[in-house]
Amino acid sequence: MAHPATPISPPLKDELDIVIPTIRNLDFLEMWRPFFQPYHLIIVQDGDPTKTIRVPDGFDYELYNRNDINRILGPKASCISFKDSACRCFGFLVSKKKYIFTIDDDCFVAKDPSGKDINALAQHINNLLTPSTPFFFNTLYDPYREGADFVRGYPFSFRQGASTAISHGLWLNIPDYDAPTQLVKPLERNTRYVDAVMTIPKGTLFPMCGMNLGFDRELIGPAMYFGLMGDGQPIGRYDDMWAGWCTKVICDHLSLGVKTGLPYIWHSKASNPFVNLKKEYKGIYWQEEIIPFFQSVSFPGECTTVQECYIELSNQVKEKLGHIDPYFEKLGDAMVTWIEAWDELNPPSKATA
Amino acid sequence: MSHPIIKDDEVDVVILATQPDLTSFLEEWRPMFSRYHLIIIKDPDMQKDLKIPEGFNHDLYMKSDMDRILGSTSIRFSGYSCRYFGYLVSRKKYIVTVDDDCVPAKDGRGFLFDAVAQHISNLRFPATPFFFNTLYDPYQKGADFVRGYPFSLRNGVKCVLSCGLWLNLADYDAPTQALKPDERNSRYVDAVLTVPLKAMMPLSGINIAFDREVIGPALFPGLRLAGEGKQRWETIEDIWCGMCAKVVCDHLSLGVKSGTPYVWRKETGNAIETLKKEWQGMKLMEEVVPFFQSVKLPETAVVAEDCVLEIATMVKKRLGPVDPLFGQAADAMVEWVRLWKAVASVSPTPGV
Repeated sequence: MAHPATPISPPLKDELDIVIPTIRNLDFLEMWRPFFQPYHLIIVQDGDPTKTIRVPDGFDYELYNRNDINRILGPKASCISFKDSACRCFGFLVSKKKYIFTIDDDCFVAKDPSGKDINALAQHINNLLTPSTPFFFNTLYDPYREGADFVRGYPFSFRQGASTAISHGLWLNIPDYDAPTQLVKPLERNTRYVDAVMTIPKGTLFPMCGMNLGFDRELIGPAMYFGLMGDGQPIGRYDDMWAGWCTKVICDHLSLGVKTGLPYIWHSKASNPFVNLKKEYKGIYWQEEIIPFFQSVSFPGECTTVQECYIELSNQVKEKLGHIDPYFEKLGDAMVTWIEAWDELNPPSKATA
Repeated sequence: MSHPIIKDDEVDVVILATQPDLTSFLEEWRPMFSRYHLIIIKDPDMQKDLKIPEGFNHDLYMKSDMDRILGSTSIRFSGYSCRYFGYLVSRKKYIVTVDDDCVPAKDGRGFLFDAVAQHISNLRFPATPFFFNTLYDPYQKGADFVRGYPFSLRNGVKCVLSCGLWLNLADYDAPTQALKPDERNSRYVDAVLTVPLKAMMPLSGINIAFDREVIGPALFPGLRLAGEGKQRWETIEDIWCGMCAKVVCDHLSLGVKSGTPYVWRKETGNAIETLKKEWQGMKLMEEVVPFFQSVKLPETAVVAEDCVLEIATMVKKRLGPVDPLFGQAADAMVEWVRLWKAVASVSPTPGV
């Protein structure tokens, strides 16, 4: 195979930001250096803003702590969670790039079954740059992948697919279980490498985990709000779930695709299940009503942009979930605040990359 | 929660013989098939005598048996469609069926995958069609429901259809195979997942298993192409009944799984030759998708037979005007339910 005379630039080098929420440290970046160093990082420092988080040398980054968030957003900062990784969505807000990859600071490079290091970022980019197939399920999974295709019976008119808005990656080692499952199976580790990327069909909801996630900010960014969690809130560990349900119903309405599967990262840290249970337990009850709500959400035809869909959704949240707990009124208001902040920081006249 | 084990004597393995000598096929499958009862259907269009190796507990049905048992029927049980006769005469709760150009697949170390055992496991454990689990089958060892999966949905629903996959020759249509003559599926995806509610998929009849008692009436040879041939990519009857079966399952809150087991599909046929025939199947698929997306079954349809009859009426009315083949499919569906009620409820005796 001929090699080009000039080195090929890492894909989407100037079009993608890596957003990392952290309250601890960024030591994990050393392992990711070969894959991340060409890219711009946005670090969102949660917790005590007086603490200094050291970023390893050689990375191009911007770092925001709580003081920065308050300064930049003013009163609207109330929509950004404190003491919860939900604060990561502040990074989505201030990014100027088309694509985002977000990863937790306890996620490391995994190996594929052949022993090779997995470049999770490259796989996410591949997922986002190839179409999804939400309208008809392909039994051989991603038909655009090398070595695969659409199977017999797959309608030809659907083979163009839809634009991919979200790429949801998975985790080897510590699986993303809820607290009750962690308590029952404290030693279970995910060792199964499932070599597939697939589109989640239109009309189907899923639990979106924010640990290893890529998305097209221009297609779905305004809906990637991670809710009100953590300090001062009755619930935690449902931030990414909330964003996942909101983005999925909007993607379905706008005919955008959501993929799940590869890439895997190595999740190293099991959080304390008793602490998790305290954070989650309201969510465990509330989700029994929240899910039917999302399953029945529909948007009027006039909602043609993500922002319009999201504002509509915030109204429906207050109207239909408000009876569960006053939290949902606050959340609905925060969703509106978020959109206001988004539009303020990302004015429509901004030239696209 | 316990999920009752499926016993060997609850399973029939249905084999369609499209080639006269089943020796090498059955020898390859002997480790997996030998504990089960086999129903072997000889394609009525095949003239030569069938060779079956010793040591299999089986019943063989030939044209004369089929004519005697079926009586007068408008359904042509020939080619790939004669396998469905096996579903009619089986007395078991579960059926596993594999095309006779498939052999057991091997893993990287050369160990054979037991496709039958995997199908049975898929049918034994519940399906989860109402919410997608990102770690795929939550009932598998080493896996579970992920954070955010509603607890009220964790019991799942009964899985009645298990759709396996294929290594080597994937189940592509003729144009795809002709465009990529050297492409072989070498990717083993170690997952089984539930096809979500309302999601449509193409059911490949090459490697499936199902609960005959529950969903048998919805697996029928309905949509037959005028130029239907002896190669898989010249047929569409499995795709059609698969879409009907999925709609029925969605209506009755039953599950459909897709993924493992894999079988190894041998090289057969020439896709380019098939291109000379009309691409009738693919054109028809364009009409069926909007139809199936809009099918709504009444609350009163509580068993598969009733659902199939309802769908047949809708097909006749809405798709019949589009192409006469759909009208024929609707008639075949009605006839199939009649046969199911007539034949599947009496004990047949195969010819000697």
